[in-house]
Amino acid sequence: MTIANVIDIALLVFLGLTAFAILKLRALFAVVMLSSVFSLVSACLLVHLDAVDVAFTEAAVGAGISTVLMLATLALTARREKASTRTQALPLIVVFLTGLALVYGTLDMPRFGDPAAPIHHHVAPKYIHDTETEIGIPNIVTAVLASYRGFDTLGEVTVIFTAGIGVLLLLGAFIREPDGLKIQTMHHHLVLRVVTKVLIGPILLFALYVQAHGDYGPGGGFQAGVIFAAAFIIYALVFGLENARLALPGHAVRVLVACGVLLYGGVGIVSILFGENYLNYSVLGSTPVHGQHWGILLVEFGVGLTVSAVMVSTFYAFAGQNPPISDEDW
Amino acid sequence: MSALLIDAASWALLVLGSIFVLIGALGLVRMPDFYTRMHAAGITDTLGADLILLGLMVQAGFSLVTVKLVLIGAFLFFTSPTSTHAIANAAYTAGLRASPMDEEGDAPDEGGDSAGERP
Amino acid sequence: MIAGDFLGLFNYWIVIVLMMLGLYTVVSRGNLVKKIVGLNIFQTSVFLLYISMGKVTGGTAPILTGKPEVFSNPLPHVLILTAIVVGVATTALGLALVVRIKNAYGTIEEDEVQAADDEREFGNTAGTRDEAR
Repeated sequence: MTIANVIDIALLVFLGLTAFAILKLRALFAVVMLSSVFSLVSACLLVHLDAVDVAFTEAAVGAGISTVLMLATLALTARREKASTRTQALPLIVVFLTGLALVYGTLDMPRFGDPAAPIHHHVAPKYIHDTETEIGIPNIVTAVLASYRGFDTLGEVTVIFTAGIGVLLLLGAFIREPDGLKIQTMHHHLVLRVVTKVLIGPILLFALYVQAHGDYGPGGGFQAGVIFAAAFIIYALVFGLENARLALPGHAVRVLVACGVLLYGGVGIVSILFGENYLNYSVLGSTPVHGQHWGILLVEFGVGLTVSAVMVSTFYAFAGQNPPISDEDW
Repeated sequence: MSALLIDAASWALLVLGSIFVLIGALGLVRMPDFYTRMHAAGITDTLGADLILLGLMVQAGFSLVTVKLVLIGAFLFFTSPTSTHAIANAAYTAGLRASPMDEEGDAPDEGGDSAGERP
Repeated sequence: MIAGDFLGLFNYWIVIVLMMLGLYTVVSRGNLVKKIVGLNIFQTSVFLLYISMGKVTGGTAPILTGKPEVFSNPLPHVLILTAIVVGVATTALGLALVVRIKNAYGTIEEDEVQAADDEREFGNTAGTRDEAR
């Protein structure tokens, strides 16, 4: 029972208590805040499990963008959950039996942390061993994400693109100009205005840093895209949606959504034009390793572009809705 | 010898920061009123987090990691008081006011040990 | 043997409890926003399960430093990174649907939406085809 086990179990117990509180509470604002806490604590647990890239993404996406979108939904829908009148026996039994089945399934699994587990024996040692010579960047996760498993990432970027299109289709027709979600422009909140003005520059700079440093440390296109969108979201929250739309217009964002996917797919087409397979980066530079660097850079930039544009356009779509409750009844 | 000193200093700073985080959490639970609870929560964000960062900086020595930790500390220094201010401001704008004390100076919810001394 | 099993599998069992809490929230609660939050809990605990499988005792984060070290398996990290972003995409889409449902029905409670649909389809909120009503 080492210290590492104790930390693991303590964090997991926190997560369990948070999930239980989410289940029991009926005030939806508290539920959304607790789900943000859940994401943050699971990001801590992911760092403890050596998954630093994943923790970064979970903290940025789960505790950042998800919470903002849920709060925007709450402002447009309801404040409290209705008390449940039907009996909960059947869901409880089903969930309990499912849990028992899963626990029975884990009895066959290799023990936690076992270095001899089958998962560590086939493709993973090849990735760990060959990254230095074939791709030449220190962050193995980025190397696998952008190069060895580049097709998966292309599919993922397309999924984000599709979700962005879906949100625009669902909510785009009801965006009201120019006010939107009655976010007051906070003329009398001096502290917030000043601090936001001070922070937006460093946030954007940090997003570019994360984008460029995905090769050398935790980072990459997804995290950078989310952080980049966060800067525009905080600007819209403090200075008003119409000012944010002047800074980054809706039609420009929609073009950027498509440009990212186009860039990613375009890199593959360029590889074909050079005579190699789709998304084979080796031909993009003077040496294969150099080509890999160029390919990963361009592909991650495409990912960051699409992710940031989709997050910003989704926020614009949510914040631009007509609210059914006026501010006096809030 | 200096390694021992660095270890002791970072241990002390980390433990002190954790104690302040615990104090803040305790205050969050035990305080009677919204505004007093915000006061307690502010301790966790600023003093607790900054002491823990100082402990990590001492451990890291003069390297790039320390520069990044200094930047994180500066960012927290800006944003934690601002978020506390934003929450308190939002509550005040929504109409929540600080609850008044009674004559003994206890908060209205307290006074359980002095038997039935409420006005 | 049981003690060794317990310590080696305890992580997975707590994660399964988390998964079941999320699943129970989705199945038993009628409020649509709460269902989406429960789905997020379920997704995040599945991610924790996968990353726990990739952890190697004594390993470190899979970033090459020039020194020979033991690394945790980077493959689950890559897959879960994809899954997290796909998860937020589906959450955004689900929340947009909730906003539209609120516009159309005036409520986001599942049973009220069901009753309104039954009312429109069959003329009564019980969902029965009864012309006598």
